[in-house]
Amino acid sequence: MAERCAVIGVGQTHHTACRADVSIAGLVREAVDRALESAGMGIADIDAIVIGKAPDMLEGIAMPELWLADALAAHGKPLFRVHTAGSVGGSTAIVAAQHVMGGVHERVLTIGFEKQSDGNTMWALSVPIPFGMPVHAGAGGYFSPIVRTYIARYDVPLHIGAMVAVKDRGNALKNPYAHLHDEGLTLEKAMESPMLWDPIRFVETCPSSDGAIALVLTDEATADAHVADTGRSVAWIHATAMRSEPTIFAGREQVSPVAGEMCAADLWRKGGITNPAEEIDAVEMYVPFSWFEPMWLENLGFAPKGDGWRFVEDGVTEMTGSLPVNASGGVLSSNPIGASGMLRFGEAAMQVMGLAGEHQISDVRKAVGHAYGGGSQFFAMWLLGRDKP
Amino acid sequence: MSRDVAIVATAQRPMETHTLLTSVELLAPTLIGVLERAGIERSEVGFWCHGSCDYMSGQPFSFISAVDAIGAWPPIVESHVEGDGALALYEAWVKIQTGECDTAVVFANGKTTAGTIDRVMTLQLDPYTVAPLWPGATALAALQARACLDAGKVTEAAMAEVAAASISAGLANPNVGWGVAAPADELLDRPYATAPLRAHDCGLPVDGAVAVVLAAGDAARSLCERPAWIRGIDHRIDTQRLGARSLTESASTAIAARHAGVLGDRIDVAELYAPYSHQLLLLLTALGLDPERTSINPSGGALCANPQMAAGLVRFAEAADRVLAGTADRAVAHSTSGPCLQQNLVALLEGE
Repeated sequence: MAERCAVIGVGQTHHTACRADVSIAGLVREAVDRALESAGMGIADIDAIVIGKAPDMLEGIAMPELWLADALAAHGKPLFRVHTAGSVGGSTAIVAAQHVMGGVHERVLTIGFEKQSDGNTMWALSVPIPFGMPVHAGAGGYFSPIVRTYIARYDVPLHIGAMVAVKDRGNALKNPYAHLHDEGLTLEKAMESPMLWDPIRFVETCPSSDGAIALVLTDEATADAHVADTGRSVAWIHATAMRSEPTIFAGREQVSPVAGEMCAADLWRKGGITNPAEEIDAVEMYVPFSWFEPMWLENLGFAPKGDGWRFVEDGVTEMTGSLPVNASGGVLSSNPIGASGMLRFGEAAMQVMGLAGEHQISDVRKAVGHAYGGGSQFFAMWLLGRDKP
Repeated sequence: MSRDVAIVATAQRPMETHTLLTSVELLAPTLIGVLERAGIERSEVGFWCHGSCDYMSGQPFSFISAVDAIGAWPPIVESHVEGDGALALYEAWVKIQTGECDTAVVFANGKTTAGTIDRVMTLQLDPYTVAPLWPGATALAALQARACLDAGKVTEAAMAEVAAASISAGLANPNVGWGVAAPADELLDRPYATAPLRAHDCGLPVDGAVAVVLAAGDAARSLCERPAWIRGIDHRIDTQRLGARSLTESASTAIAARHAGVLGDRIDVAELYAPYSHQLLLLLTALGLDPERTSINPSGGALCANPQMAAGLVRFAEAADRVLAGTADRAVAHSTSGPCLQQNLVALLEGE
């Protein structure tokens, strides 16, 4: 019943700790202009805009999309805002795609952004909550017990987290847009990196970034015309999936949350994938702490339970491996929070479209973008293909 | 091409001020109520969509607790908009258009009296040049009202008539029920609050929660004798920069109304989200509505009770209730967001 939808343009900013040279509006517009250029369109060609970001308190502007309407030339158009915690970049792209898949609009621009340097993320995430228990631990403090549970449950060797960090930071050297360009990181150096939240070390942690990404999504006719004009591939959306569950309840499985398993299973079912590890050529996975790569490999069904870390150890997820994960360098190398999920979705599209430059994996026919948020409770995924679904 | 989607049930929490309840406590009974009215189980809901605002709750990710209010186990398909629940309804309508689900629960909560809402909403403004002046939402609305008066688009007497009607209707609305009825000429004798706005020209901040159930085609017909079909729905935005748009008209409302198919047809009832009395008059013009032929805000509208982030979805619930009950055949629901009617959503509801 749904209309076909494709990503025909991707644009992102250079991600860095502080983009002092641009305002928030300038940062967003930089990504938008690059996405439009990549799609061969002007902003007047866009029917509707769907924008997402993480909590408004990160920059101190309530519903900043209202103010950004000018920068996005949105007047007279629909401008829609999504906010679903850390998964927001993924959810926003999915909501944008649904505008096309539902036949509501033909050319939709979607944007994710965060300008962390305009505010103070730790403050914003630690405000005393009326009627509730404050959590001053920050994300690392929240997730480290879950990682420890994973390690203890499967007796995982302690260098696995460092191996993921060395891989992702190494991949980031091939991505000019990545925030961190950590030359010469070795496993030995990574294992000596300061311990922040045991067992999570400094190099196993994402940075705080300013950055934005924009995608142009279109209907089949527009995408076909784009292919005919440019001779370039587009990334067809084969499936999207979202699942959510509560943060806390007795007996909740947090290493491999049920919502994540259901989200992936739904994606594979809709996309006709029976063996993800065999059929998927590139994965952009939301890994803000390196240990989450093996955990999500299991959660999403790429590896059997307890075997995700073996994929890492055997080099399966290296760019040269059979299941490359985060060729872009991932969240571990750039984390503009509200954009990070859409960066995963957009980098997956770039792999399918052949636009990833030095970090391009050869002959990607199917790629997956993944995002999660909250206390490992909100999940968003999409499956892209070079061929039409 | 598009799928027929209808509102099949609604539920509202009685409005109150300075509630000590949490957002979960506001939402849980409202969600249970709407599912009971629709006669469906939680597990049968295909999609959940929520509207709320972190800055009103005073905490980041405040919407996460709504997942607790739903009791989202086993895991569910859900999403959240940072904004009025009416926009969440739009997202759910889009989702149903894709064919991925046939039913959705849309809900919103707003504790408008938990903080100083006028200052909170200042944070929506240009952070470099406008917000640092802390103008406040009401002062900006007053500038708009002054522009409308100067342009002869509204009169203070007409604004007072809007306010008097809202107070009377609010007294008859079981979810509001407060206020002291007064004729318009008596209201005109009252002092200005933020000139040219008097207190009764400004929506009363209250706390509230609302939920509606959407269903497509046969699912709607099986859940409800007379579904309120969404015949058209669209939202548009204007520039926020007050000096760059005409404050005496609502261009985005007129565009949305055209796309929603509202203009020119007979409308029995219209529920319009006008947080200030002069804005209702601007909306009537933009929507082409004639109060002689259309019942305007029989609920009392947002002047007598403005639970921000829920107030727009409340308009949908109020309009749909009248179609569901058979007292109206064609109804308009409208929601707004941002300073001086910056962003507007319009829908046309119809009985079968």
